Amino acid sequence: MSRVPQIVRGFWVTFSTMFKKPNTENYPEQKDKYPPKPRFHGRHQLNRHPDGLEKCIGCELCAWACPADAILVEGADNTEEERFSPGERYGRVYQINYLRCIFCGLCIEVCPTRALTMTNEFELADQTRESLIFEKQDLLGPLMPNMVAAPHSMVEGTSERDYYQGKISRATDAQIAEVAARAGINANGQV
Amino acid sequence: MTIDNTPVELVTLTIDDIEVQVPKGTLIIRAAEQLGVQVPRFCDHPLLDPVAACRACLVEIEGQAKPQPSCAMTVAEGMKVRTQVSSVMADEAQKGVMEFLLINHPLDCPVCDKGGECPLQNQAMTNGRGESRFDGEKREFEKPINVSDRERCVSCARCTRFADQVAGDPMIALLERGSQQQVGISDDQPFDSYFSGNTIQICPVGALTSAKYRFRSRPFDLVSVPTTCEHCASGCSLRTDIRRGNVMRRLAWDDPQVNEEWNCDKGRFAFPYVQEGRLNQPLVRGEDGLLHPASWTEAIDVAAKGLAAASGATAVLAGGRHTVEDAYAISKFARAVLGTDDVDFRSRPHSTEETQFLSSVVAGSGLGVTYADLEKAAHVVLVAFEPEDESPMIQLRLRKAVRRGRTKVTAITSHVTSGNKKLNATVIATAAGHEVSALSELALDANTIILVGERAASVTGLLTAATKKAKESGAKLAWVPRRAGDRGAVDAGLLPGLLPNGNSLTDSSAREKAADIWNVENNTLPFAAGRDFGAIVHAAVNGELKALLITSVDVEDTQHSASTLQAIENTPFVVSLEIRPSSITELANVVLPVAVVTEKSGTFIDWEGRPRNFGQAIREHNKLTDGRVLAMIADAMDVLLGQQDVAQLRAELAQFAAPTNRVDAPSHGADVPNGLTLSTWNQLIDDGALQEGEPFLAATSRNVIAGLNSKTAAAHSIAEGDLIEISTSLGSITVEAIFVDGAENTVWLPTNSGESKVRTNLGAAHGNIVTIKRGGGQ
Repeated sequence: MSRVPQIVRGFWVTFSTMFKKPNTENYPEQKDKYPPKPRFHGRHQLNRHPDGLEKCIGCELCAWACPADAILVEGADNTEEERFSPGERYGRVYQINYLRCIFCGLCIEVCPTRALTMTNEFELADQTRESLIFEKQDLLGPLMPNMVAAPHSMVEGTSERDYYQGKISRATDAQIAEVAARAGINANGQV
Repeated sequence: MTIDNTPVELVTLTIDDIEVQVPKGTLIIRAAEQLGVQVPRFCDHPLLDPVAACRACLVEIEGQAKPQPSCAMTVAEGMKVRTQVSSVMADEAQKGVMEFLLINHPLDCPVCDKGGECPLQNQAMTNGRGESRFDGEKREFEKPINVSDRERCVSCARCTRFADQVAGDPMIALLERGSQQQVGISDDQPFDSYFSGNTIQICPVGALTSAKYRFRSRPFDLVSVPTTCEHCASGCSLRTDIRRGNVMRRLAWDDPQVNEEWNCDKGRFAFPYVQEGRLNQPLVRGEDGLLHPASWTEAIDVAAKGLAAASGATAVLAGGRHTVEDAYAISKFARAVLGTDDVDFRSRPHSTEETQFLSSVVAGSGLGVTYADLEKAAHVVLVAFEPEDESPMIQLRLRKAVRRGRTKVTAITSHVTSGNKKLNATVIATAAGHEVSALSELALDANTIILVGERAASVTGLLTAATKKAKESGAKLAWVPRRAGDRGAVDAGLLPGLLPNGNSLTDSSAREKAADIWNVENNTLPFAAGRDFGAIVHAAVNGELKALLITSVDVEDTQHSASTLQAIENTPFVVSLEIRPSSITELANVVLPVAVVTEKSGTFIDWEGRPRNFGQAIREHNKLTDGRVLAMIADAMDVLLGQQDVAQLRAELAQFAAPTNRVDAPSHGADVPNGLTLSTWNQLIDDGALQEGEPFLAATSRNVIAGLNSKTAAAHSIAEGDLIEISTSLGSITVEAIFVDGAENTVWLPTNSGESKVRTNLGAAHGNIVTIKRGGGQ
């Protein structure tokens, strides 16, 4: 072998590779070819209870745990007129700065209500700094069937404990009607 | 300050095998602290009596079969104590107690405001078991008041002991027994204490939280800055917690010489004014007669030209809210730039007698009577002074002294107030205006302290009598103003005829020295003493003034608000330095926004004469101090005063030596009013401008009533609960009459609460003659 010139040995590798199946993914044309693993740490999501109320209680534990200081939370009081979560407290301001986030997942580990989880979405590049600070409306999970968007009241006759014990399965007709009425008020600008 | 040199009897004991010597009577928990051993505790508080309610501090003591509470047991000679550090028994006992305390404590730390700064959280981690063995139902309570979560309570009784022992407002108590034990209030008496905020701060769990601070932030969000309270002359040390350039809350900071660990609710909660409705840009009145936003350059230019044009007929109304540095800058600006001595900080009723008293007795006198002196005095006489409303820390300190049983309090006032009762005071019920004879009749000795309040100024001869009485008897005398900046204003020379540090303007050597320090020609300074606040207003109403410079004056404080407004209206050119728009803004030609306390550094001088320095808490707002603004105006008037930052002003003020020739002490004879008089003072929580925007605080203000003696009422055929009309020639006030235990021929009204706006509606001061009659419906 040692008599074969080095250059031939080198080009042999090139030549043989031409007949192998390529490992490369044609991203973004074929992005579904290798989806992220289910536990991949992607963009965060703020989850909802099955009736659409928010799970976040604004406790700021995620912000406290964050080693990169990427999260800003401000809590506030739920009122009977404007209820965003079961119980007394909800997250009024929720921001994650994806220029700072290191996707370590400590925030979702500490979340006491499982309000914050991570999705598999990894396409987080953009043109401006502002657009990479995600606000609460950008982070809230989509409304699944049988959910109506907060603010609205809790399922009648239940307490916050019932929410945490998984006794709520969907938005009731009363809640749906309430949200519809609220939307009507806002659209017409009438009381 | 005097140092107590009496030898202390020491006791030797061992804690965790380490020998330690502590003064006799020390609690074991404190002795352990000296070794750096932190025994867990909830109910223990150094300023409250021991109660051993929570049992968290159990330690082993050799010779005792069971662990003992170290917070309630004093040391004994040869005692052998073992804490959790060296004793398994103590450690097990503490963990057991912690497990019991946590049985009924809800696991709602994420929603609880105490989370992150909670002694229960911390000590459950350091001195508790990792897991609970309890799997039953935790107790639950209905939420009666918004801010009390009774299920979180560990029954430590700190709040109830504070209310009972320190504040003297025993309106909350532990009700029920066993696991149902809870803090409650009586159905007919709400917890309307001026000091209720302290219970929130000392609650070791989240059972008592602040409605104002509810859910707003966590400890790690906050930048804590030590500050001084700007609301009264008590001089409380505060901790201001800032989140992203906004004040979130204020807490009492521990200062044993002044406020100990307490403050009042006004100091704790009345801060929305620092960020809401502020003036952010200079305003200049245009040719159309309206105020228009202007650049600083333009506004300063207009102000300087206007003031220069009015040379020789200008005056300065200063107000009592300034730091000593700003007060000094105003004092200097009036004399060195405007060349006028018409300058006065007393926007409240005052007198020439008071001017003389302040110039001769108070100005530049340094640290006089202190809080520690009050605690040691055998007898404290309150003259025309209501500590609970006007200087709450004096109230707490006096109560502490009275509870020890060595101090007696005498109050010369119109009626027995709730504050007097808490001090167990002997009240010499005196109709307003008649205080002089009551004071003269008192037998006092050298162990006495006389405290005179700001309303003494409206009683002719009272300040003379107090000075004389103190001199004759050897008693100590202290003047307790109401505003945080009053004492500093006196020291800075914001009075006609007074230069900084008590020097007299009419003393030619003092004047030369001042001209030298200020770097101006001696002849630019005024020679004769000028007019006081009332005289300035009078002159302005008559159109004698061409320009006024007004800084931090509330028209509603002045003797008669309408005349003050008239005075401002009749003056052709008015420059106003303000933090928020006021009734003066509407009349001013140039309005310049200035910094509030959180936005600047400075010094308040409290009633003792103690300088209370504080640093800048919020840097983001870029607001200028009064001193800086005046330097800019002076620059534009071609008088160079330097930058006038806090450091420069402090250094300059320090150059003023103590006076060689003091102003003479006042000697005014008593002038006793003949008729029914008005007794009045400002309640702690009232309609003051700095208390705006705080509904939770306003809700704890006291009912607006007129207090009068039943005989006086009968003479005017008034029954209790009737609406009565109190009137002067300038106007009237109609409020409900309540009978009080007090002097005849006098009626009490709060100065600035609800319908009772004494200055605006009556134009009257304490001791003035008023008429009363039954009026209105029931």
